Amino acid sequence: MGRYVIRRLLQMIPVFFGATLLIFLMVNVMGDPIAGLCGERQCDPATAAQLRKEFGLDKPVWQQYLTYMGNVFTGDFGTAFNGQKVTELMAASFPVTIRLTIVAILFEIVIGIALGVVTGLRRGRPVDTSVLLLTLVVISVPVFVTGLVLQLLLGVEWGWIKPSVSPEATFGELIVPGLVLASVSLAYVTRLTRTSIAENKRSDYVRTATAKGLPRHRVITRHLLRNSLIPVVTFIGTDIGALMGGAIVTERIFNIHGVGFQLYQGILRQNTQTVVGFVTVLVLVFLVANLLVDLLYAVLDPRIRYA
Amino acid sequence: MRGATHAKWAACAAAAALAATACGGGGGGGGGKGSGVVSSSWGDPQNPLEPANTNEVQGGKVLDMIFRGLKRYDSKTGAAEDMLADKIDTTDSQNFTITVNDGWKFSNGEAVTAKSFVDAWNYGASLKNNQKNAYFFGYIEGYDKVHPDTGSQSADTLSGLKVTGTNTFTVRLNQKFSTFPDTLGYVAYAPLPKAFFDDHAAWVQKPIGNGPYMIDSYTKGSQMSLRTWDGYPGDDKAQNDGVDLKVYTDNNTAYTDLLAGNLDLVDDVPASQLKNAKSDLGGRYINTPAGIIQTLAFPFYDKNWDTSGAQKVRQGLSMAINRDQITNTIFQKTRTPASDWTSPVLGTDGGFQDGLCGDSCKYNPSEAKRLIQEGGGLPGGQVKLSYNADTGSHKEWIDAVCNSINNALGNDKACVGNPIGTFADFRNQIGRHKMPGPFRAGWQMDYPLIQNFLQPLYYTNASSNDGKWSNKDFDKLVDEANAETDRAKAVKLFQQAEGVVRDNMAAIPLWYQNGSAGYSERVSNVALNQFSVPVYNEIKVS
Amino acid sequence: MPEQPYEQEGAIAGTGMGGAMDLAVSEAETLEKTPGGPQGTGPQEKPRSLWSDAWRDLWRNPVFIISGLVILFLVVISLWPSLIASQNPLKCDLAKAQQGSQPGHPFGFDGQGCDVYTRVVYGTRVSISVGVCATLGVAILGSVLGGLAGFFGGLGDSFLSRITDIFFAIPVVLGGLVLLSVVTSNTIWPVIGFMVLLGWPQISRIARGSVITIKQNDYVQAARALGASHARLLLRHITPNAVAPVIVVATIALGTYISLEATLSYLGVGLKPPTVSWGIDISSASAYIRNAPHMLLWPAGALAITVLAFIMLGDAVRDALDPKLR
Repeated sequence: MGRYVIRRLLQMIPVFFGATLLIFLMVNVMGDPIAGLCGERQCDPATAAQLRKEFGLDKPVWQQYLTYMGNVFTGDFGTAFNGQKVTELMAASFPVTIRLTIVAILFEIVIGIALGVVTGLRRGRPVDTSVLLLTLVVISVPVFVTGLVLQLLLGVEWGWIKPSVSPEATFGELIVPGLVLASVSLAYVTRLTRTSIAENKRSDYVRTATAKGLPRHRVITRHLLRNSLIPVVTFIGTDIGALMGGAIVTERIFNIHGVGFQLYQGILRQNTQTVVGFVTVLVLVFLVANLLVDLLYAVLDPRIRYA
Repeated sequence: MRGATHAKWAACAAAAALAATACGGGGGGGGGKGSGVVSSSWGDPQNPLEPANTNEVQGGKVLDMIFRGLKRYDSKTGAAEDMLADKIDTTDSQNFTITVNDGWKFSNGEAVTAKSFVDAWNYGASLKNNQKNAYFFGYIEGYDKVHPDTGSQSADTLSGLKVTGTNTFTVRLNQKFSTFPDTLGYVAYAPLPKAFFDDHAAWVQKPIGNGPYMIDSYTKGSQMSLRTWDGYPGDDKAQNDGVDLKVYTDNNTAYTDLLAGNLDLVDDVPASQLKNAKSDLGGRYINTPAGIIQTLAFPFYDKNWDTSGAQKVRQGLSMAINRDQITNTIFQKTRTPASDWTSPVLGTDGGFQDGLCGDSCKYNPSEAKRLIQEGGGLPGGQVKLSYNADTGSHKEWIDAVCNSINNALGNDKACVGNPIGTFADFRNQIGRHKMPGPFRAGWQMDYPLIQNFLQPLYYTNASSNDGKWSNKDFDKLVDEANAETDRAKAVKLFQQAEGVVRDNMAAIPLWYQNGSAGYSERVSNVALNQFSVPVYNEIKVS
Repeated sequence: MPEQPYEQEGAIAGTGMGGAMDLAVSEAETLEKTPGGPQGTGPQEKPRSLWSDAWRDLWRNPVFIISGLVILFLVVISLWPSLIASQNPLKCDLAKAQQGSQPGHPFGFDGQGCDVYTRVVYGTRVSISVGVCATLGVAILGSVLGGLAGFFGGLGDSFLSRITDIFFAIPVVLGGLVLLSVVTSNTIWPVIGFMVLLGWPQISRIARGSVITIKQNDYVQAARALGASHARLLLRHITPNAVAPVIVVATIALGTYISLEATLSYLGVGLKPPTVSWGIDISSASAYIRNAPHMLLWPAGALAITVLAFIMLGDAVRDALDPKLR
């Protein structure tokens, strides 16, 4: 196990550098960000040159990347064009996005698994068919449409919620955005659980348990669920990274000032320092989450041994 | 409201159940109930909040609240009136003596003196400080030393600025500029306290100024709270307790929030919501002229657009655009079809001339078709209208303009919109002369002078002359107008210069933009000034 | 226990493509991970039986027939839109902007006064093209790279695994915003190219895992012992059995690509006019959702039905290919 973890950690290094380099190059392809700073006019050449120098944009890309990564390891993530430290922006936005992700994950766990179990146990019945159909509809409507419709109905027409989230972004305010963010994964968790339950329901150990005369709820919770949830848990674990980075659309609709908002702003302003900084952290979150999930996988399924 | 309260309970209960957290904060959105604080929509400022470094509306809003300059533009008439200036004297339109009023202070208690201005202007002009509005000081003598086009600066201060007393200083310009005093209301000319120079980093974190508001707290990227400064010595004290500026990525959301009672003021109602704004808001909707004109500029560096016939093509395109229909349908009358290249807010005395464009700006499909054919047809058989797709409602009107041109010419491929992903890239492509055809050019005045609508946009190599149009007659008339000390005569000369723009159709005027805003029932006495910025200090909270 | 084909990667559900894409990947992974899945049992003696069984199953499955018919209809419409729409989607009259349904214009008009029905019909072509081309690109690139890496293993395999990890780590919408915001072309190719660029690692991972499992099967070992060349092993023995999970994922992914196109348009970096696409129309209609919901309803409905059809088709194919569920 220890050797396995070390190997995985070592493998993370090239992935980390590769991903940051890739995003660095991508943002660089967007071109010169200075031109956008001067409003509807040409920056005067002297100031533009001066700004390029200050942000290190006059150097070749590889050198910019090295300098940037060097700074990152000393904890300096650079400065956005409006003079705000990227670390400050992170301090303000990551807690919001983490709360949003928690709400979304809770939805996936509570609703997704519950629906999955119900449908898995009643495969082919009307409840199964209707839930299955519902998940398909959720998956096939783009998230921004779902978000906008919910915002309009709940926020404006019926007045149940505030249409946007305040800067404090409390858990209460994040319920609907979290549901929207989770919607597709939620539908997916339902389907994954359903498939898994349906498969395991017919397995020998469940038959044995039933034959022993164990009460139905005990068979389901102790035997069936525990084994069926392995793929679900691993999916939810890896979904964390995706939810955090994929919140761009949801955060835009509900005006949440989290990571997605900062990334969106950063991209529009071609602010390499913000975008690369945030993506660097997201990549780390993603890698660590994946490692944890794989370890968890081994814990849940004793048949798997990592060497 | 019962429904809302109920739901909030439910939400809190659910939140507590989900994450075992208390339902903390609870809103905070409405800007604190019962208090006199106005909550208003905002955008994340693009540049550090320094006066000489802020060139867009969002940062400008803040500076407008926390700074007062020598002059201030009247929120209704736009006339430049003395604020901190006691008097500004000149005999030759080139040497000015400025006297600052006594008794003004920064909110940290420091007195505003002549030195506060001179230091601020020197800072703004100096190349090493990277101030994006540095060119505003370009008329002051010694600018070329402090801010050379290439190489490093040979002086740190402008030789044309001299402090001559606690409250007086002199300005020497490098050319005659009769309306120079009227430009001094622009935010770049604001005074700066010593704190700005002593601990610059701390100042930028929480700027200190001499206006009716102070910055109370600033959560980067999401909200800024401004509170009334009780010790403010000016006459225009704030009528409310403060303003909370809330960042919105999408102004549709801001408008939605206003409808839900979650926000007090939206100062830019999106085009898509305008149709319902009146019925949604009743009398709480304002639509007032602002000093903004939208035009289509042309890439004169492109040979195709610089032919002798191209002038007819430009004129034809102008006549193929049904301005009335677009301003009525897309913009719900928050734009007025343009018939000159300035803005009605200047007033007739200031140089606005209704109908200067004549028939060239009137919709006439058959004439448009004829002119374009005469001019040799559209270059490449198709015009591509470039615009930045990231902000504003540009896509809507560009598509409408294209449809109008297509319908007029009877060819559904004659015109096509060319969205460019980001504003930065849009500016970048303009700067590198890569525009494949006409492109969106919006101009918001810096100060209400006809000079500001013409010189920066059409003078040879001027900073916003993005199409690189160049005309000797125009340049000559502008030079003459700037040197003219008699205001009325200067305006006449500028109008003659504008006539040159018209005869060449250097840019197609589209419409004058109004400021449109909506506000909640909590607030009253809401108005937009001519820069379409809310006059925050006059807003009353009930 | 022998080498796990999915040692680390197998446990990692695809997270790169944001929510919707995960669906495709992880469901296929369950399929692939199922002990004695399609590759594990049976096929070695009679390689065609899995496919013929599946085929027979499909024809008895109403879900397959319905979704197949819907897709067939959509394909026909996208090839010959004028069959059911007589007007020009680019001909718009601003005077009719936002008007509702009226004779000759069943779906009403959009914000520019274009006929919504005509635009929905003509938009089919672009959405289907984007979906099909992106899926083909992703499937070919992904399965070739993943298959070769899985087959040969070694340094190349490690290298490819790290590359796929890198692509997975970058959120798709983010990549789209960055890469597509600089695009000036108004064709559909940049969008497709972007989808292939960020989408291939998913298929690659699945193809790799699938090839590794099959490689260890007795019949492959036997063929190898008999002196079969690499090419013969890959083409005759491995590909026919490894391709099932790829097809399943690709079918489901096709729907999500169509949906992704709309999301990109909503963020302002999708397809550009004069291209007529559902994504463009949905995103411009989204601002008018209060005033003129019909503008949003029809293109969004068309998109949802299309995506639904592809996902259901993928579902049906997966069920047919998974003997455990019979």
